[in-house]
Amino acid sequence: MPQVPEATELAVKGLAGERGGEVIFSEVSFSLAPGEALLVTGPNGSGKSTLLRILAGLLQPADGSVLFRNGGEAWPNLGAASHYLGHLNAMKPALSVEENLVFWQKFLGNALTSPLKALESVGLDGIGHIPFGYLSSGQKRRSAIARLLVSYRPVWLLDEPTAGLDRSSGMRLQELMRAHLGEGGFIVAATHLPLGLEGAREISMAASA
Amino acid sequence: MLALYHRDLTLGLRTGSGAMTGVLFFLAVIAVIPFGVGPDLDLLARIGPAVLWLGALLSSLLGLERLFQADREDGSLDLLLISDTRHMLAVTVFVKCLAHWTVSVLPLVIVAPLLGMFMNMPAEGIAVTTLTLLAGTPAITFIGAVGAALVVALPRGGLLISVLVLPLTIPVLIFGVAAGRAAVVENDPFLPPFLILAALALFFAVLGPAAAALALRSADD
Amino acid sequence: MSESSRATARVTALANPTRFLAFTGRVLPWLGSAAVLIIALGLFMGFTAPEDYQQGITVRIMYIHVPFAWLSMFCYTIMAASALGTLVWRHPLADVSLKAAAPIGATFTALALVTGSIWGKPMWGTWWVWDARLTSVFVLFLMYLGIIALTRAMDDPGRGARAAAILTLVGFINIPIIKFSVDWWNTLHQPASVMRLDGPTIHPSLLWPLLVSALGFTLLFLTLHLMAMRAEIWRRRLAAMRRVSARAVDGLAVQENAS
Repeated sequence: MPQVPEATELAVKGLAGERGGEVIFSEVSFSLAPGEALLVTGPNGSGKSTLLRILAGLLQPADGSVLFRNGGEAWPNLGAASHYLGHLNAMKPALSVEENLVFWQKFLGNALTSPLKALESVGLDGIGHIPFGYLSSGQKRRSAIARLLVSYRPVWLLDEPTAGLDRSSGMRLQELMRAHLGEGGFIVAATHLPLGLEGAREISMAASA
Repeated sequence: MLALYHRDLTLGLRTGSGAMTGVLFFLAVIAVIPFGVGPDLDLLARIGPAVLWLGALLSSLLGLERLFQADREDGSLDLLLISDTRHMLAVTVFVKCLAHWTVSVLPLVIVAPLLGMFMNMPAEGIAVTTLTLLAGTPAITFIGAVGAALVVALPRGGLLISVLVLPLTIPVLIFGVAAGRAAVVENDPFLPPFLILAALALFFAVLGPAAAALALRSADD
Repeated sequence: MSESSRATARVTALANPTRFLAFTGRVLPWLGSAAVLIIALGLFMGFTAPEDYQQGITVRIMYIHVPFAWLSMFCYTIMAASALGTLVWRHPLADVSLKAAAPIGATFTALALVTGSIWGKPMWGTWWVWDARLTSVFVLFLMYLGIIALTRAMDDPGRGARAAAILTLVGFINIPIIKFSVDWWNTLHQPASVMRLDGPTIHPSLLWPLLVSALGFTLLFLTLHLMAMRAEIWRRRLAAMRRVSARAVDGLAVQENAS
């Protein structure tokens, strides 16, 4: 199983993000060691999603830097080392759940668990052959979470991971996140609900003035 | 990468409507030509290669809109962008173009001989024109990918793609038709335009995906 | 500080939009007047120059047609350079320059087409022939329109600027290919019977007015371009201020609810 070295560090310094040409947050700094989680909280429009997209490398920061230190050759930058779970599930409605996961496993590489096993861990056993489009929104979210398990990435960037999940599925997600942290992973999650991660640090994005 | 090709192929075949619409449009264009220029068989045979090329060009631009938009709407595009260090984005785009070509444009090339018969083209002319379509249509897809990537964030970008891309496809059209004419018009050379057409396809295979990747990356900022 | 780095610093300082506005505000009246004077001089020289023994009076349209044609290419080159500025240095002024230049370039290209067509009418006997040169300029015109359509379609100025920049550069790379293929296509269909409008040799008495006129129109282009850039900068500032004031109203409402 691929592990990240102890010295790995996720360091963010003086980060500023803009949307539509306007700076919506600035001076965000934090650093995470393996096994640590960060919760990003704040009201709608405070830039939580923008922050995660900048971390993933999808957006350019207006200022500041994002570093993934000592990741070695396998994880040269944060984007490469990350699973990104956005608002959208990145699954094709016309393909079955299993086909979707098999594709992402092949495309992302670093295979970890088999798609069927991953579906089992999110409580969707026996659903793999059904086209993704037929699932309920909670099931869709859970199968998107299963994507985090089929390939290994040290960092999970989760944008409202619990959206559409019921209580028991939420608990299962907590367990998965704890297990990931226990293996020396990193988690940065934007949320407005407590995720039940002990010892997780928290930064609160103020509403933009 | 093979997985991506396979996925896009499966998606294209399963949802299926794109390829079907393209072929129907091609058929419709060819069907209205004789009403426009008259049923003079000699004339039709002479303009046959040009008409087939124009029809194929317009039909292959039809489906381009969905090339990246579908991936953007369900969030897959984000993951393709993040995986840039593992799979270079330009290569990802190249593979997507190939899959798109296989599903949406190859059927046009396959029905072209049938439509060539409607145009009263001689067998040799049909064969040569189909060959030029086979070599030249990938160039249209590759350069069209730039247009598709540029308007990926626009809700109704389909028409805009055609407006942006058509001027850039003029060289492909010129050499494609010129090579096709060689079989219907005496004394026209075949090999030089055909080789230039192939060179254009190769050039666009590099330029198109590279520019489209750049456009996709900046589409979100 | 070396001379070159000082020059770079000066350019960088000028690239700040506020300084740009101040600087162009001072320069524009001079530039505009110079353009008008030189164009007047060029056209005067053109009308006093001897007539072409073959084309007669119609040759005089050359003194505006050739500058228009030259500007249609010059403007695209400026836009390609701005596109590099947008994509490589991400400079906002480059965005503004590209967006401001496109309609001006399209206008000059359209004028080049119209004057070319008027010039050609007595000789060709028709308003339009698919001559290689005219056709290439026509394709260039279509590309201008495509760029304008794209910038219009994008509501976010930053995203629109980068999209337009990519399209401009792709077009720029393709221009030689299009030119080559159109020339090739032309020889295929019209074997060498096309009359050359302006041969490689041109008498100095015609050349001087042409050069002066081209210089005048280039200055006119620069004046228009700077004016359009200023307008675009003001437009963006206005949009930003409107957004801020919209949010301020929102903020007030929230405070009232809280109290």
